[in-house]
Amino acid sequence: MIELEGLTKRFGAKTAVDHLSFQVRPGVVTGFLGPNGAGKSTTMRMMLDLDNPTSGTVRIDGKHYRELPEPLKYIGALLDAKSMHGGRTAYNNLLCLAQSNRIPERRVAEVLDLVGLTAVAKKKSKGFSLGMGQRLGIASALLGDPEILMFDEPVNGLDPEGILWIRNLMKGLASEGRTIFVSSHLMSEMALTAQHLVVIGQGRLLADLSMADFIQQNSRSYVRLRSPQQERLKDVLHEAGISAVSVPATGALEIDGVESERLGELAAQHQIVLHELSPQRASLEEAFMRMTADSVEYHAHAPGAPGAVGSADNPARPADVPAWGAGFEAKRKGGE
Amino acid sequence: MTVSSFPGILNSEWTKIRTVASTTWTLASALVVTVGSSAALCAVVSATLDDMTPQERLTFDPTMASFVGMTFGQLAMIVFGVLVVGTEYSSGMIRTSLAAVPRRVSFFFGKLTVATALALVVGLATSFLSFFLGQVILGDASVGIGGDNVLRAVIGGGLYMAMIALFSMGVAAILRGSVLAICMLIPFFLVISNILGGVPATRKWAQYLPDQAGAKIMQVVPGGMDGSTTTYGPWGGFGIMVLWTAAVVLGGYLVLKKRDA
Repeated sequence: MIELEGLTKRFGAKTAVDHLSFQVRPGVVTGFLGPNGAGKSTTMRMMLDLDNPTSGTVRIDGKHYRELPEPLKYIGALLDAKSMHGGRTAYNNLLCLAQSNRIPERRVAEVLDLVGLTAVAKKKSKGFSLGMGQRLGIASALLGDPEILMFDEPVNGLDPEGILWIRNLMKGLASEGRTIFVSSHLMSEMALTAQHLVVIGQGRLLADLSMADFIQQNSRSYVRLRSPQQERLKDVLHEAGISAVSVPATGALEIDGVESERLGELAAQHQIVLHELSPQRASLEEAFMRMTADSVEYHAHAPGAPGAVGSADNPARPADVPAWGAGFEAKRKGGE
Repeated sequence: MTVSSFPGILNSEWTKIRTVASTTWTLASALVVTVGSSAALCAVVSATLDDMTPQERLTFDPTMASFVGMTFGQLAMIVFGVLVVGTEYSSGMIRTSLAAVPRRVSFFFGKLTVATALALVVGLATSFLSFFLGQVILGDASVGIGGDNVLRAVIGGGLYMAMIALFSMGVAAILRGSVLAICMLIPFFLVISNILGGVPATRKWAQYLPDQAGAKIMQVVPGGMDGSTTTYGPWGGFGIMVLWTAAVVLGGYLVLKKRDA
């Protein structure tokens, strides 16, 4: 269990991380999501005690990172691909890390094998491609066979094969019951791997909820209806108290918040021919963008407003959001 | 609790040092350059021995003469010291290293202990080799290792080399990188310190510079060779160098502790 409490980091006048409080629960994959520059990497560096917080604390099973006697056995982390000495071989880069935490040397060969770098174990790591560097970084994270793993943007810059590999690796590690905390700026990537989500924007907590809740609360679902008798259909819907939006481009009606079953039955009752009756779901990517765009707008309009969205007892409720999102929504629609 | 893992940290730092090419070439250069240029100077002195005035003969320090090449050899030691610390920053390894050993005090002093011990071993080998080769070349003007204060001077040569390396590690830690540290240290020890120490007007305080003070430990004949006298003895001079080094190392530690990695 990792607990962040009021974690704040300022670089001069800029606040990179702003009173961030959340918990990384054991045994699940937690996705740490936010646009570029939201403060994800800074937060992760503070979790590993690499950067000193301006205020607030991070505790790992109740302890500061610095108090862990041999931290690689608790937490393995991949921060960026190129954080090894290029003049040293892959094997030796891992060996010196293993020795510092009294991890047996045979483990070095094991993790190299696990990430598929055995063939280049004796090669200097400066010649490695981004993907190989990423694999070496993951090997170092796995070295101490840790309960908790942290990956900062692991799929960044990887080819599809590499992305698939990392995705499967994370799934495998999660199925062993490990705690995984992985950052990304791609919602679609998270949707495939994470069970829990922590979303930040401009250093502030925007959401801390399960993936299922996020999907339910954030993705706009509606039903699309097409009918040759559209005017009649509209009247019927109106009588039933259902508001429909017509989309001239497709000639369809879009209805929010009513189940498709009910709409179908309603049409049948009035003997209206339907050419389409389909439940639609806005993509998660879109929902995520709407959520983080809100945070940008929120800050632009009201800098320094009290951070009601950021506390642990009161995680931001996406239900609160639409008022702020209206502007973005309008712009998005206008742009289409 | 962390004390128990300190041997592991030493082990790890030893692996880091022995598995990069720069260690071998810097330390080998320190030895070869010192021994080689000292021997060359001794050969020149030996050939011109008859031209010396009686006064010059009296203050001639054959031990010191066999260490003259250290002026150049120490530059390789400086590069070694700087690289040991500086490449952690330039390679980005520092974040990986500190994630593995988050206690800054264990990490920093573990690294410095291993690197300084290695510099001391190479420094001692260098000074003994340099001494014996120099004395062979000097022939009639030579001294034996059993002479008054000679062994102190020869061991002192190794201590001096180790201290120069440690000083450089401290500077690299303060500057958090290799390039700037080398650009400051090499001109300082090669040129600036020697000029300040050579000019009578500045010699009064230049004698307290780390290398000027520390080098006195290699002197057997007081006031010999360069003819300068100091307000401190050989161990006093080395003590001054140790104080400088301690200050720089402490500064480097504080920078590591306070700054973000």
